[in-house]
Order: sequence, then C-alpha cells, then structure tokens
Amino acid sequence: MRILLKNGRVVDPSRGVDETLDVLIEDGKISKLEADIPKTKSGGETTYDLAGLIVAPGFIDMHVHLREPGREDKETIESGGRAAAAGGFTSVACMANTTPVNDNQSVTDFILTQARAKSPVRVYPVGAVSKGLLGEQLSEIGELVRRGAVAISDDGAPVASGFLMRKALEYSRMFGVPVISHAEDPSLADGGVMNEGYFSTLLGLKGLHAAAEEVMVYRDIRLAEVTGGRLHIAHLSTAGSVELVRTAKARGVKVTAEATPHHFTLTEEALVGYDTNMKMKPPLRRAEDRDAILQGLKDGAIDAVASDHAPHCQEEKEVEYDTAPFGVVGLETSVSLGLDRLVATSLLSLSRFVELYSAAPARILGLKSGTLAPGCDADVTVFSAKKEIVVDPSHFRSRSRNTPFGGMKLRGAPLMTIVGGEIVHAAM
Amino acid sequence: MRLKSRHLLGIESLTPEEIVLILDTAESFEEISRREIKKVPTLRGRTVVNLFMEPSTRTRTSFELAEKRLSADSLNFSASASSLVKGETLIDTARNIEAMAPDFIVMRHQMSGAPHFLARYCRSSIINAGDGSHEHPTQALLDAYTIRQKKKRIDGLRVAIVGDILHSRVVRSNVFLLRKLGADVVLGGPPTLMPLEIERLGVTVSHRMEEALDGADVIMMLRIQMERQGAGYFPSVREYYNLFGLTEERVRLAKDDAIIMHPGPINRGVEIESKVADGAYSVILDQVTNGVAVRMAVLYLLAGEAEDADPSEERPGR
Repeated sequence: MRILLKNGRVVDPSRGVDETLDVLIEDGKISKLEADIPKTKSGGETTYDLAGLIVAPGFIDMHVHLREPGREDKETIESGGRAAAAGGFTSVACMANTTPVNDNQSVTDFILTQARAKSPVRVYPVGAVSKGLLGEQLSEIGELVRRGAVAISDDGAPVASGFLMRKALEYSRMFGVPVISHAEDPSLADGGVMNEGYFSTLLGLKGLHAAAEEVMVYRDIRLAEVTGGRLHIAHLSTAGSVELVRTAKARGVKVTAEATPHHFTLTEEALVGYDTNMKMKPPLRRAEDRDAILQGLKDGAIDAVASDHAPHCQEEKEVEYDTAPFGVVGLETSVSLGLDRLVATSLLSLSRFVELYSAAPARILGLKSGTLAPGCDADVTVFSAKKEIVVDPSHFRSRSRNTPFGGMKLRGAPLMTIVGGEIVHAAM
Repeated sequence: MRLKSRHLLGIESLTPEEIVLILDTAESFEEISRREIKKVPTLRGRTVVNLFMEPSTRTRTSFELAEKRLSADSLNFSASASSLVKGETLIDTARNIEAMAPDFIVMRHQMSGAPHFLARYCRSSIINAGDGSHEHPTQALLDAYTIRQKKKRIDGLRVAIVGDILHSRVVRSNVFLLRKLGADVVLGGPPTLMPLEIERLGVTVSHRMEEALDGADVIMMLRIQMERQGAGYFPSVREYYNLFGLTEERVRLAKDDAIIMHPGPINRGVEIESKVADGAYSVILDQVTNGVAVRMAVLYLLAGEAEDADPSEERPGR
C-alpha cells in the first residue's frame, strides 16, 4: 500500500523541515520526502492533494484517561482511540488510574491487547508509581516497563509521601522511564474545588490554592535533582510552577512539563455559573497564570501539550458543582485549541506548535515517533491552520461529552490521521 | 416596576432599584403580621415547595409563615424525609417536583451554586434560601430592612460584620447589598476565617476587633461553628472570644446609637456576650420578625405576572 501526500507544507521540527514537499508512504513507513514526487505509471498509490494544508509528524497526547478496564461506560480503549484519531492524534499514553489499577503486568498486557485489537491509534500504557495508587509501596516498575509501560505515574492522585517519590525517582532510573507527577499537596488542597482567590470568594466555593501545586512541583524538582531521576510534571497550571520548572531546567535538572489546552485557554472566571464542565484538577487559574503558561509554551519552560482527557458520564456531571467529579474530555478539541490560541494568535511558529504536539512528547516518553524521517513508521497528522470549526460535542467519538468548549468557534482543525501508513481518520 | 428575573438566586445580580423595591414592598406587608387575621389572598392557588436539603428552622419557618400569610399552598421537602437519602440526584428530585407544577421552589442547600443549577432545569421560580458559602439573599434583605427601619437609611452608614467570613453566605449577600446601597462595610475576624481578595468587593478588612467596631452604626455578628475550633481556624473558643467576642465594653467603641444584629442562631459566650444579645440596642428578634414581611414581598414580586395578583387591590396597608 502506497500513499502519496502531495503539495502539503511539511513541518517537521525533529529535522528542522518547513517547506512544501511531497511525502511518499510505502509499507507503513515514510519512504521519501521530496519536492514533486511523480505518481508511478502503474498508479498503485492513493494520492491526496494537500495544497494549503500542513503535514506533520503524528501527534502524541501523552496524558489521557481511557477508563478501560473498569469504567467502560465513560470510555473504552476503542472509543478513546477513535476520539484520538478524530482529534489528530496517532498515539496516546493512558494513565494508570483504571479499575483495577495498572500497577502490574497483567493490566498492562490487557491494555496493549485491547489496543492492538480495537484502537486505531497507538496506545502506550503508563504504569502506576504505587500499588493501588495508594502511595505506600512501589509497584513492580521493572515488570511494567518490560511489558510496555513508557512512564510511571499515580496521576489522578499525588504521591503524597516525599519518601516514596524519592524512591520512585531513584528506582525508575534503572529503566529510563520518567516519573510523571500530579503535583498537588493533599493537605493544602484540602478538598478545594476551584482556584482559590477572588472568584472562589465570590462564588463561595472551596478554594484550591496555587501553592498546593507549587510546593509539590518544588519538592519533586528537588528530589529529581538529588536522585538524578527523570521527572515530568503533568498539567502545569500556575505561573509559579512555570517559573520553578524554568529555573530548574536552567540548573540542569532532568525535568520536563506539559500544559493542557484548557489551562492555556480558560481562566477561573469560567466558573461563574457553576458549570461542572469547567471543573477539573488542577483547576482553571487566574489570567496571569494562563498567560505564564502561554509564555512557557513559547520559551520552552513547558515542553509539551497534553489534554488530560478525562471522560465522565453526563449523569455524573449533571449534579451540584461540589458533587461533580473532576475532569474534562480533550482529545477532540486539543489540536483546534492549540491552533486557535497558539498559532492563530501568532504566539508560536507552526514549527514550535508541531513540536509541542509531536517531537516533544515522543522525546519525553522515549518513543521513536514524532518525526517524518524516512524509514520511520508513517505516523502523520494533516491539519489546516485556517479552517474554522464550531465545537459540537454531539459529534464526539468519545463516549463522554464533558467538554468546556461546546459551541466555541476555533480556527484550525485536524483533517487526516495516518497511523503506520493506514488512514485512520479523514475529514476532507 | 417588577423584578427582572423570575428567580431570586442572589443579591449580586439585583440592581439597587430592585433591592429598594423589595424593601418598600415589605413595608406594606409588615402590617399584615400585626393584624388579628394575619392572612391575605394574594397567592391563593399558588404552590410553593420548600426544598430544604440542610437543616434549618428559622429560615424554613419564616418562609412557611410568609407563604401561609399570602394564602399559598406550601409543602415541605427535607433531605432526611425525601428520596435524596435513597440516592436520587438533585436533578431527579427537581424533575419530580416540577412534574407537580409548583410555582415556586424555595431551596436551601449545603453546596454553593445548587439553586443556580436547579434554575437551569426548572420552570418554577427558584428562591435561594441559602446555598453553601455563597449567598443567602433573603437574609441580607431582612437585614437591610431592619437597618432601614432603625436607622432610616443605609447610604453612608458604617457596618461592621465580624466572625467566620470565610464560610458565611450571610456575609456575601450582605456585602453585595450594603455596597449597592452605599454603606461602608468593614469585615472583622482572624485571617484564617477571611476569604482571599474579599477587599475586591469594596470592603475593608480588619483583624482587630477594636478597629473593626470603631465608629460603627451597625454591628453584625456571625455565628462561630464549634467544629472550626481546633481545625486550624482558631485554637479555642476562649481565645476567639477574647479576640473577637462582642462584649459590652467593645460595643462602646461603636457609635452611641449603634444597633447589634445577628442572623442566628447565636452562641452566647462564643461570639457574643449574653448581656449584649439581650441588650437595648440588640435588634436580633426584630430581624426574625421582619424576615416574614421581606419573604412575603419576595414571593409577591416574583409572582408578578399573575392575573389574580393586581398590586393596587392586593397590596395591603394602602
């Protein structure tokens, strides 16, 4: 099977490419990138004219919750995989907080088996730091990694014990995987449900102060520094956290960080009206925090964009604000939000944008993808930076609809997703 | 003039004119409670559901009396008696109540924003009878009514509100209302019980009782919940009382004719000295009395559109 992508603007920051080129895919691999590749005489390839569109290495969402096993009513590996494909992602890394928890090799095996059978995109499991996510004993990290886990994390819950976090950072060094930190000091978080500040005061909702995140970000950076372990901070949400990561990087600490589209788009003001689709952890923060995240995405303090796709059933979200679970879906809006808020605003170059969504997460997770180098697996994302869309949750492939962005007009959209040379989604 | 919204979810969204309208209307209803026959037919045939998901005696009975004095049919749902304890969601409870076509739902809920959530799904008028730490609009209205009754104005008065500001819905509603009507508000209490950035609502904050009370026309004390003691908010009731308790001696720091208010229930010896609560300038029981007239006014105004509620005929005391 041969696919010829013609006349697209190829943006591949992994190799410093940004020019109009044709891309030939053969046998699931990138075969060549050249100006004006002619069609073969036999016509044995499928050809797409992508003039005006951008061809990029397949996007990777390094932080999603696929809910399987355990909560297949919210999402499955299949439905989450379809949502990823429709959202322009060729790979996702799924967090360990399933039921049962992915803290042992049989759950990792199950996820990979389901993914191979049913998901149109590549699924990389993240193993748990601690057994049962209880924060007490390390899980069998060596076995998890041997079976295919690409990182370890108790995401959804912080690792409250500094001792255990230190041990996780030390122990994981043997396997070369990063420890992904959901940075939140539980005693400071103290049951808070939104950012603490003027708006929590106005709305009478219990505040979750930025400091609850920042003290944990600092703790983990310091532990990474003393252990030499690889630390990745999930969903950075405050200006203080961005600055901590920036200065740690300058000191040479092995730390990376991601930010979500909702944190670079929305602020705590969205909570006026008590919409439970605005409820997630970390919470939406102040405008200054959002601006600091935008700056961090630009200057490299933040390495990657990840959606923290967290599906929940409608009936779970259609309740009083305090009762609703934390989390929003993101796979099917992430790319459009990035294009609208980061590229259409001229904050970032297209090349930096693509890096945040592909090469950077590949590097953090140690994946071979995130590049269009000839010989590599043909994982490709094709998108328009101009096409205007309106977010319509009723069209989501995800089993859940808990998005804060329903009805929002955005400039930019993923149009074609190719995984291993196979077109898994096309909207053109 | 009518209210713009068919719900009363909070004071924040009301205009000063709407607040004055409610207070003026309450004045004309006050007289009914002094009659021998304390009942007018204004809301005859209307149904009010009092949906109380959190224990309340004062507010619920006050609403019930207001409803009865307006001849409305009212019924009470409380959390313990309802299907909520059986796991029914608020939205299902509300849909079931709606299926019986009530005109009003008066709701008390322990979570902020619950009435706003309900208002999105209900055709009935929702009256917020207190939501979490957010708002308690009828309390602020009856407080304003009482202040106006005693002081003949609100504009330019200095009002000190002291206590657990952080968890208080009474404070938020009062701050919105008093600022809209031109009063100066000072909030007193320890920093552990003060929400962040509340100064942005146009108030001043003081952590010294003497400073908070200085020159006050109105002192409003808030209930201190015993469970806050030892939970990091303050070390003991004794220390709290030493720092922020309203004693006779401290009352002298306020203006000579200052009035003393409390939304109740009071904790004698915790936030207020008995002598002060029962003293000459205490208007705590007037607040309770006025609550009924204010709630009658709210029900009456929200019923606005009704064909049988002609203000010129039905409005009492004219």
